[in-house]
Amino acid sequence: MITELGHYALVLALVLALAQSVIPLIGAQRNLRPWMALAQPAAVGQFFLLGFSFLALVHAYVVSDFSVAAVYENSHSAQPMIYKVAAAWGNHEGSLLLWVLILGLFGALVAVFGNNLPLRLKSRVLAVQAMISVGFLVFMLLTSNPFARLSQAPFEGRQLNPMLQDPGLAFHPPMLYLGYVGLSMSFSFAIAALIEGAVDAAWARWVRPWTLLSWIALTCGIVLGSRWAYYELGWGGWWYWDPVENASFMPWLMATALLHSAIVVEKRDSLKAWTILLAILGFAFSMLGTFLVRSGVITSVHAFAQDPARGLFILALLAITIGGSLSLFAWRAPILKPGGFFAPISREGSLVLNNLLLSVLAATVLFGTLAPLILNVMNLGTISVGPPYFQTVFVPIAMPLVLIAAIGPFLGWKRGDLPGALQRLTAAGVAAAIAIGFAWYMAGGASFMALAGMALAAWLFIGTVIEWAARVKLGGPLGASWSRAIRLPRSAYGMTLAHAGLAIAIVGMTGSIAWKQEKVTVLHIGQSIQVGDTSYRLDDVRKVAVDNYRADRATIVASQNGRFLALLKPERRQYLVPSPPTTESAIHSNLARDVYVVVGEPVGKGGWTVRIYVEPLVLWIWLGGGLMALGGIVSLTDRRYRVGAPSKVLVRKSEAAARA
Amino acid sequence: MSMRRRLLFTLPLLALAFLAVVFALGLSPNRDPRAIDSPLVGKPVAGFVAPALVDGQPGVAVGDLPTGAYTGQVVAINFFASWCLPCRAEHPFLKKLAAEAGIPILGIAWKDKRKASQDFLDELGNPYFRVGTDENGRIGITSFGITGVPETFIIDKEGIIRARIPGPLSADLIEAQLLPLIKGLQK
Repeated sequence: MITELGHYALVLALVLALAQSVIPLIGAQRNLRPWMALAQPAAVGQFFLLGFSFLALVHAYVVSDFSVAAVYENSHSAQPMIYKVAAAWGNHEGSLLLWVLILGLFGALVAVFGNNLPLRLKSRVLAVQAMISVGFLVFMLLTSNPFARLSQAPFEGRQLNPMLQDPGLAFHPPMLYLGYVGLSMSFSFAIAALIEGAVDAAWARWVRPWTLLSWIALTCGIVLGSRWAYYELGWGGWWYWDPVENASFMPWLMATALLHSAIVVEKRDSLKAWTILLAILGFAFSMLGTFLVRSGVITSVHAFAQDPARGLFILALLAITIGGSLSLFAWRAPILKPGGFFAPISREGSLVLNNLLLSVLAATVLFGTLAPLILNVMNLGTISVGPPYFQTVFVPIAMPLVLIAAIGPFLGWKRGDLPGALQRLTAAGVAAAIAIGFAWYMAGGASFMALAGMALAAWLFIGTVIEWAARVKLGGPLGASWSRAIRLPRSAYGMTLAHAGLAIAIVGMTGSIAWKQEKVTVLHIGQSIQVGDTSYRLDDVRKVAVDNYRADRATIVASQNGRFLALLKPERRQYLVPSPPTTESAIHSNLARDVYVVVGEPVGKGGWTVRIYVEPLVLWIWLGGGLMALGGIVSLTDRRYRVGAPSKVLVRKSEAAARA
Repeated sequence: MSMRRRLLFTLPLLALAFLAVVFALGLSPNRDPRAIDSPLVGKPVAGFVAPALVDGQPGVAVGDLPTGAYTGQVVAINFFASWCLPCRAEHPFLKKLAAEAGIPILGIAWKDKRKASQDFLDELGNPYFRVGTDENGRIGITSFGITGVPETFIIDKEGIIRARIPGPLSADLIEAQLLPLIKGLQK
């Protein structure tokens, strides 16, 4: 019964979304206040209906109602409760419902807290938001109903894919969806601005929190996903350039570009059309990701329900949404008034370069992801594009980006002083040189790329610290510096933290790629193997039984230079429902390196395949990523940018501009 | 407003249109996204000599294929390496393939040290009719265009490559695809 009500709520939400996507838009065009005002209650109502629907779905999972097809496919009565709940969105149908629920949440947030938005802009934004909602709700109800019943309820479910039974999964997809859907807000604002034909500083301020929110969520989602892949897949890598990873990375690159270009719109009233385009493309990449993951056009480790009929539907949705908005862009964007001019060497100039590089990066990832498909459908043969392509193409383009991330903040608006900026960055240059020497000494030699990575990380980190020190005039009277430090806007701290986090993450990426060691061997009980200065002794392999799986649990003693280092217990698991065995790695982690041990299949009599990876500095990747997200959060709490907080003056100004 | 400026703003739309066409074609049910077919399928094996893994025994060379010790037979060539875990997983199925299809399998140890390959076979057993080595990986890349190990090729009686199986063999794969194919070629 609850399940049917959930389904019914979904239909009602669609009806409400239809009304919300048409009436306020007409109202905004004809200046009919009550028509425009409808958007608000409709958005809130939609959110509650979707929320109810989602809870109804979770309920079906919690009580293990296997008469619901999706529950039968993805859950099992012996599954721990957290994975029963997580299974609700660990599949195609449920994840779509989560997607529209977040869409509804954001719509409701704009409706309730966006009191400072001009009514016309607000109703247009909410109408565009509702159109997206309509598209996804129709898609869900016609092709992927999460509430579909089976004619005969099976006795037991088929359980959630064991690989996905991990705390990481509970948070990774919702984070990514939060990010994807957050970009739909920036998108809606961009479309509303195109309809209105005006983009100004106030607009940039309204868009910023949404872009920032989605950037934070994408950052967290990607960090969690890479962490999950690292310990769960058992190969010791943290990024595989898999199409689905790329699908989350491209919107991130776009959101990063958008964050930076929106600064120029806000401060200098320039780069308007470009910023609008970025907002559209950011969401386009989100949709593209949805399409790639769910249509099966590309092979990936993230096998979702793959169904060409669904693929065609999403493709149509993508063509209409993005095609429509890009047509609107082609028609309306040329009339946007170009703003203030600036010299190539200036803060704006550095941000343009940043945008250019980020866009090229997104394009290279897009090309690498789609090249196999493009060549294949054009009958030019079949190829596979792997990490070597991405590493040779992506990294060299990313390097100058890191270089200018330290320089840009030192350049003035309109016209900057490059020699002056470089002079102030002398210490960062020295740090880069020291980093090269240190890396060379510690590793006993290194490749050019490894040294360059370390140098850039040191350059960016120290450069960022210098920039902060300069802002608070560190070195002057301490009291004055302190009061400057606490009065510095949160958004400035956000940048400092995010740039420093990027530097730290680069250290981790460079270290773990350049100096990774791995060894595969067969060990019998009591035997040891030496990797670097550490030896690993297989002490014991024991059979254990837990909730819904059985496992061989190995006990491996790691000792460094003869001294005890860690007790590692990797597992090889067999879940109760027929599926291939999975490996559970054991990791000993510290700032210098991770020791990563996996136990594989038994060999001969009493022998076990053991894989050992040493991943130097790998922890820094996630620490850095976390710091970047923290920077975003700090920036989000900036008073000036709080959701819907821009001052009334700006509202009045922009309303006046809209009337003019 | 200049026409050029208008055109510039239409570019993103054109790019999208191109991608949409590609995607629509990509959704065609006749397409298998997993297939990475080798342009070499249907062509004769290009000449190569893989020195024997064990001194004193014959290695694997192209002259052998159509004319040598297994003239007129269907054979399989399997690239493997001791450092490759999927090769370990695949190993039992090589024996199965050799036994059930009744064909010789020629092993080539790819980018592997001789001692390591030898230990690997000593430990797991040797399913191969002959074992050659390709220590610098050149034969695998130039004659067969492999992208990694394990990879298996089925060669017909005339020395023409008939199938390429990237990745490990499995019981399903052997029964559903390879055995029927080989039966056909053996006629």
